Amino acid sequence: MLAFEDKPVLDGISFSLAHGETKAIFGVAGSGKSTLLKLAMGLVRPDEGRIFVLGNDITRMREEELFELRRQIGMVFQESALFDSLTVRDNVAYRLMEEGDVSEQEINTRVREALSFVELEHTIDKLPSELSGGMRRRVAIARAIITHPEILLYDSPAGGLDPVTSTTIIELIVKQRDVYKTSSLLVTHRLQDAFVMASHYFDKQANRMLPLSPGAKGDVPIGFLILRDGKIIFDGDVQQLSHSRDEYIREYIS
Amino acid sequence: MGAGNLLTNLELISPADFIKQKVQSVQDYALLAAQAVGNLFRRPLYVADMVQQADLIGWGSMPIIILAGAASGAVLALNSASTLQRFGSLGLIAQLVSVGMVRQLGPIITGLMVAGRNASGMASELGSMMVTEQIDAMRALGTDPTKKLVTPRVVATVFMLFFLTIISDLFGLVGGAMVAVLMLGLDSHQFWTSSWQILAFQDVFTGLVQPIFYGFIIATVGCSKHYRLSRRRAGF
Ligand SMILES: Nc1ncnc2c1ncn2[C@@H]1O[C@H](COP(=O)(O)OP(=O)(O)OP(=O)(O)O)[C@@H](O)[C@H]1O
Ligand SMILES: [Mg+2]
Repeated sequence: MLAFEDKPVLDGISFSLAHGETKAIFGVAGSGKSTLLKLAMGLVRPDEGRIFVLGNDITRMREEELFELRRQIGMVFQESALFDSLTVRDNVAYRLMEEGDVSEQEINTRVREALSFVELEHTIDKLPSELSGGMRRRVAIARAIITHPEILLYDSPAGGLDPVTSTTIIELIVKQRDVYKTSSLLVTHRLQDAFVMASHYFDKQANRMLPLSPGAKGDVPIGFLILRDGKIIFDGDVQQLSHSRDEYIREYIS
Repeated sequence: MGAGNLLTNLELISPADFIKQKVQSVQDYALLAAQAVGNLFRRPLYVADMVQQADLIGWGSMPIIILAGAASGAVLALNSASTLQRFGSLGLIAQLVSVGMVRQLGPIITGLMVAGRNASGMASELGSMMVTEQIDAMRALGTDPTKKLVTPRVVATVFMLFFLTIISDLFGLVGGAMVAVLMLGLDSHQFWTSSWQILAFQDVFTGLVQPIFYGFIIATVGCSKHYRLSRRRAGF
C-alpha cells in the first residue's frame, strides 16, 4: 500500500510477472499506473507491503543496493525524461558512461545499435529539444534498452501520439518481447494497442510485426492488468478479458 | 470561494504540525548539506560537472563582480573623502578603502551578486528537472542526484566565490584608486603602497574565510528546495 499525504493511491496490489512475459497495465488517469512502475523501480517506497524484483526484496534496500539492481531494469518514463542538456548520443549512452569501464569505441557502437533499433540513427547529435515528441519517446526506449536489461518498464510509451507513430512504438515493444524475450510492464491508455500486441508477433526474417495465424491467440506472452481506485480489478489473459462480465471492464474495453 | 478555500487550508494546519514541518525542513536542509560534503569522499566524483558549474558560476559572474567591486570601492572612497578631509587626513583613504573592501565589503558584495545570479537559477533548474522526471530518470539509470547535481554546484560555488571575492577586492581598490587619483588628486603610487601595507594577515584571513561559508550556504540553499520536494519520493 502507498499513500501520498494520507490519501491511499494503491492499496492491496498484488501480482507477479513471469519471465519473458509482458503485462499491460490499464486504468484511468490518476489510478496509480506510473506510481506502480516507480514502486517496481524502487524510486518510491511502499508504506506497507513488500515488493520483490528479480528475487530481491526491494522494500528495505538501501539506495546503493538499488542502483545495483536497477542496472538490470530499463525504464521509459511517461514524458520521456531525457536529459535536456545532453545530446541524443549522451542520453542513450548515459548508463554506459556512468559505469565507467566501457571504452569510447564500444559506447559508440552500442549507441548506434540502440538507435538503429528505434530507427533514429540520424538524430545522434541532436538535442532532445530538437526532436518531436514521438522521436523523444523512441530515444527514451533506446536509452532504456542499451544495456539489454532483464526487465523493461514502459510508461505510456505511445501516449498522445498519432496512430502511425504509436504503431511503430508498439512494434518496437513487440520486437523487444519476441526477439530479446525481455519481461516487461507496459502502461497504456489504449486498449487496442495491447490487443495488437496480443494478436501479433515479431518476425525476424521479415523484420516486422506480423499477425498471428487465427486460432493461435494467446501464444504470445501477454497479460492484462486493470487498476481501479487503487485496486486491481482484473488480472488475466486476452481470453479472460474478452469474456469478463464486470460492467466496468466491459465499458472499458468496448 | 477562493478566500473560503484559503481559510480552510489555513485552519487545517495545527500548531504541532506547523512546528513539525519547520523542524522537518531544518532537518532536510542539514541532511542535504551533510551529504553534499560527504559525497566528496565517495566515488564517483563528477569532476566534469564541477568544472562546468564553475565555468557557469565563476566566468559568468565575472563582469558583474568587477563592476560591483569597482563601484563599491569608488563609493567607499568618495563617501569617506569628505569626512577625512575635515580632519585633514585624506591620506588615510587608501587604508580605509583597502581594509573596508578586503575585510567586509568584498565578500558581502560578491556573495550577494552570486546568490542573486545563481541560487535562484539552481532552484529553478533542479525544480524543472524534478517535474520532468529527469531526477527520477537519473536514479533509474544508476546515478545519485545529490552526487551528480548538488555536490558539483556546492563545490563550484565555494571555489569560485573565493576567487571572485579576490577579484572584487582588487577592483574595489582600483575603483578607490580612481577616485583618489582622479578626483582627490592623490598620488597613485602612494595609494597602492599604503593600501597594500595596511593589510594585516587578520584582515585577509577573515576576508577570505567568509566566501567559503557564503558559497556553501548559497549553493545548499539553492539546491535544497528541490530536495524538500523529492523527500516524499522516498529513498532519495
Ligand atoms: N509525488 C507525488 N506526490 C503526491 N501525490 C502523487 C505523487 N505522485 C503521484 N501522486 C498521486 O498519485 C495518484 C496516481 O498517480 P499516477 O501518476 O500513478 O497516475 P497514473 O495512473 O500514471 O495517471 P496517468 O494515466 O494520468 O499517467 C494521483 O492521484 C497523483 O495525484
Ligand atoms: Mg502516469
